[in-house]
Amino acid sequence: MTDESTTPGGGELPQPVVRHRRVGVSLIWLVPILAAAVGVSLMVHAWLQAGPVISISFKTAEGLTANKTPVKYKSVVIGKVQQIRLSHDHSHVEVKVDLDKSAESFATAGTRFWVVRPRIGLGGVSGIGTLLSGAYIGVDVGDSHKPQHAFKGLESPPSVTHDASGRSFILHADDLGSLDIGSPVYFRRIQVGRVASYRLDKDGQGVTLQVFVDSPYDRFVTVSSRFWNASGVDVSLGANGLKLDTQSLATVLAGGVAFQNPQGPHDSTPAKEDASYRLFSDEATAMAPPNGPPHYIRMRFDQSLRGLAVGAPVEFLGVDFGKVVSIRMDYDEKTQRFPLIVGAVVYPDRLGRAHDKLVALAKARGDNADLSHMVGMLVAHGLRAQARTGNLLTGQLYIALDFLPHAAKVKYNPDARPLEIPTAPGSFDKLQEQLAEIVTKIQKVPFDSIGKHLDSTLADLDRTLKQVNGKVLPQVNDTLQGAQHTLGSANNMLAGDSPLQQNLSATLDELRRMARSLRVLSDYLGVHPESLIRGRRADPKVVQPAPAAPSNASQGSKP
Amino acid sequence: MSALPRAGELGLIGCHVCGLVCRDTASGDMACPRCGSSLHRRKSASYMRTWALLIAAFILYIPANVLPIMRTASLGDIDDNTIISGVMELWAKGSPDLAVIVFTASILVPLTKFLVLGTLLISARRGSNWARPQRARLYRLVEFVGYWSMLDVFVVALMTALVQFGFFSLVAPLPGVIYFGLTVVLTMLASMSFDPRLIWDGKDDDD
Repeated sequence: MTDESTTPGGGELPQPVVRHRRVGVSLIWLVPILAAAVGVSLMVHAWLQAGPVISISFKTAEGLTANKTPVKYKSVVIGKVQQIRLSHDHSHVEVKVDLDKSAESFATAGTRFWVVRPRIGLGGVSGIGTLLSGAYIGVDVGDSHKPQHAFKGLESPPSVTHDASGRSFILHADDLGSLDIGSPVYFRRIQVGRVASYRLDKDGQGVTLQVFVDSPYDRFVTVSSRFWNASGVDVSLGANGLKLDTQSLATVLAGGVAFQNPQGPHDSTPAKEDASYRLFSDEATAMAPPNGPPHYIRMRFDQSLRGLAVGAPVEFLGVDFGKVVSIRMDYDEKTQRFPLIVGAVVYPDRLGRAHDKLVALAKARGDNADLSHMVGMLVAHGLRAQARTGNLLTGQLYIALDFLPHAAKVKYNPDARPLEIPTAPGSFDKLQEQLAEIVTKIQKVPFDSIGKHLDSTLADLDRTLKQVNGKVLPQVNDTLQGAQHTLGSANNMLAGDSPLQQNLSATLDELRRMARSLRVLSDYLGVHPESLIRGRRADPKVVQPAPAAPSNASQGSKP
Repeated sequence: MSALPRAGELGLIGCHVCGLVCRDTASGDMACPRCGSSLHRRKSASYMRTWALLIAAFILYIPANVLPIMRTASLGDIDDNTIISGVMELWAKGSPDLAVIVFTASILVPLTKFLVLGTLLISARRGSNWARPQRARLYRLVEFVGYWSMLDVFVVALMTALVQFGFFSLVAPLPGVIYFGLTVVLTMLASMSFDPRLIWDGKDDDD
C-alpha cells in the first residue's frame, strides 16, 4: 500500500496513503463521562456533607452576615449562617444555619447559641478577636440527644459552658447589688467560679442567683459555708484604727461573691449540687451566728429623733440585737404632741444562751410565743428603749435597750401586737436639757448693765490716773529727793569716824565702867549689907579671921 | 446560489497541513503522501467530539459557578466568593465597569459559546442552509473570543501571587476556579474540533 501511495497514479493527482484505523471506538466520550463523574461526586459529597439546617432566633442580627458568619464550637467551625430574616412580628431575627454533617449532634435540645461580639465590661474584655474577623455564633452543647431544629439564641455568652467541671449552687439574696452574670466567686481571694445566672423570685421578694464553682474548688463549699456579696469597699473605724477591706480591684468595680467556711468547729461535708444558701450583704453578717427568726417591736419616742435612720442598730446591753426598719410620726390629741413611732426588727437568737434560758423559763410559765409576759417582767425591772448618740461627730442615733434603775413605772400591755417597749429619754437628751437650763441661767445675768458700770468705772479710774500722773508724781519726786538728802546726812552721821560715833563710843565706855562699879558695889553690899547703915568698915588688916566671915556671910545671905 | 462543485464530488481531498491535493480514494484511513498527516474530507467525528467536549464543559460549568473561586481574607475577615457573588459585590461596591467586564468574561462568554456551538452543531447536522455566512461568522467569533475566556482564571492566579500579606490580606484560589478553567479549556477544544465546513455541507439549493 505504501508503494502505491508514493507514486502518483490515475490522473495528475497523488494517491493518499491508506492506513489502518488505530482506535476503533472514539475515546472522546470519556471526557464528558469524566466531567459527569466529577459533577456527580461533587454533588454526592455536598449531599453527604450537608448537616441539619437549624434556625436560631436572636434579638438582633448585629454582626451577622448571611453566607459568611461561621458557627464555632471551641473555635472549630461547625457551620455557617445561611440566611437571616426578620420574624413575622418583627420582634426578633431568625437566623438559618447550615450545620456540618459532623455537627449533627449539635442540633439537639439543650444546645445554646449566642453571638460572640467584642464585649468590654468591668469584669474584663472578651471576644476581642471578633473586632477584626467579625462576629461569629458560639455554641455550647448540652446533654440531651433529642433532636431539635429551632433554638432561641442567648443575648450574652453563658458564663458556664456545659463541659466545665464543677458544681453550681443557689444563692438567695435581698437584692442583686452590683452582681451580674459572670461576676467572680472568690474563696480566700482566689477566683474559683462565677455567677451563672440570676432571676427575680416569683413573689418579687428577693433574687435567686446561680453560681458555678469550678472543680476542684467546689469541694470547699460545705453545708456550713457562708456566702456574702464581696462588692465594694468595706471601711471600718475600730479601736485598731482605720481598716479597709476589699476582695480585689475588679470586685470593687464590678462586684463579686465570696464564700468562706465559719471558723471553729463546723460541719465540713461537701455541699450537694444546687445546694441553697443565703447571700449575705457583707462578711461580718455572713460570719455572725445565725439570726434566727426576726421579731418586730415598736417603740414610741416623745423627743426629736434627729440622726436616727432606718437601718440604725438596736442594741441590748451593747449587743447588736436588730435594726430599725421604720420611723413614723403620730399625733397625740391629748398631749398635743407628735410622738415618733419607731419600728424595729430584732433577732433574739443573737443573745445566745440568755435567750435560750429566757425561752425555757417563759415556756415553763406558759408564756406565749412572743414572750410578751417575759418582756413585761423585764420592763417592770426597768427595761427601756433609749435613743442614744452613737457618734458625737455625726450625731447619729441608735436604739439602746437597757435597764434603767430609776425608771418611772409605766403601763405595759402584754397583749399588744407588735410588742411595745416603753422608752426613756436618752442620756444625751437629759444632758441637752441640763445644758439648756444652764444657758438660760447664764442668760439671766445682766451682762449689759455690768458692762456699762464697768465702763464708767474704768473712765473714772482713767481720770484719777491722769491726776496722779500730772500732780502727785512731781511732788513725790521732790519728797524723794529730800529723803535722799536726809539719808545722806544720816549716813554721814553714822560713819565710823563721825563725832557722833566717837561720842557714842566714849559714852558706852563710861557706861561699861559704871556698870562694873555697880557690880562691885552690889557684891560688896551682898557681903556687907550692914554697910548701908553703918557705912563702910575699914579694911581688915589680918587675913586670919577671914575664913569665918564667908561662912557667916553665906548664912546671912540666905534669907 | 450556483452549484459549485465540492472537492468530494470531484474525487479530491486536500491535506490540512501542507495543502497537497490528492485523489480521494475513500479507502479507510488515508494519509498525505507528502507530509504524512492524516487526510480527511471533514474533521473526523467532528460532531461527536464537539458534542462530547461541549457537554463535558457544560457539566463542569455548574460547579464552576456554584463553588467559590476565590478567598479574600483581610484582617481576619474571610470572604469566599463565587463568580456571580463576586460580580454582585463589585457592582454593589461601586465598580460597575469591572463588574460588567467580569460578568461578560465569566458568564456571558461561556454561555454564548455553549449556545453558539450548540446551534452550529444542530443546524449543521440537519444540513440546514439557513444563514450560512452568518453562522460561519459566529464560528469565527467563538474561536476568537475563546482566547479571552480565561480572564477569571488569570485574575485569581495573579491575585493569589500578588496578595500574600499573611494576616493582613490574603487571596487564595478555591476549587471553583479549577472547574472554570476546565470549562474554558473544554469549550476551546470543542470549538476547535468543530469543522466549520460542515456548515456548508448539506442540501445546496437556493431558497
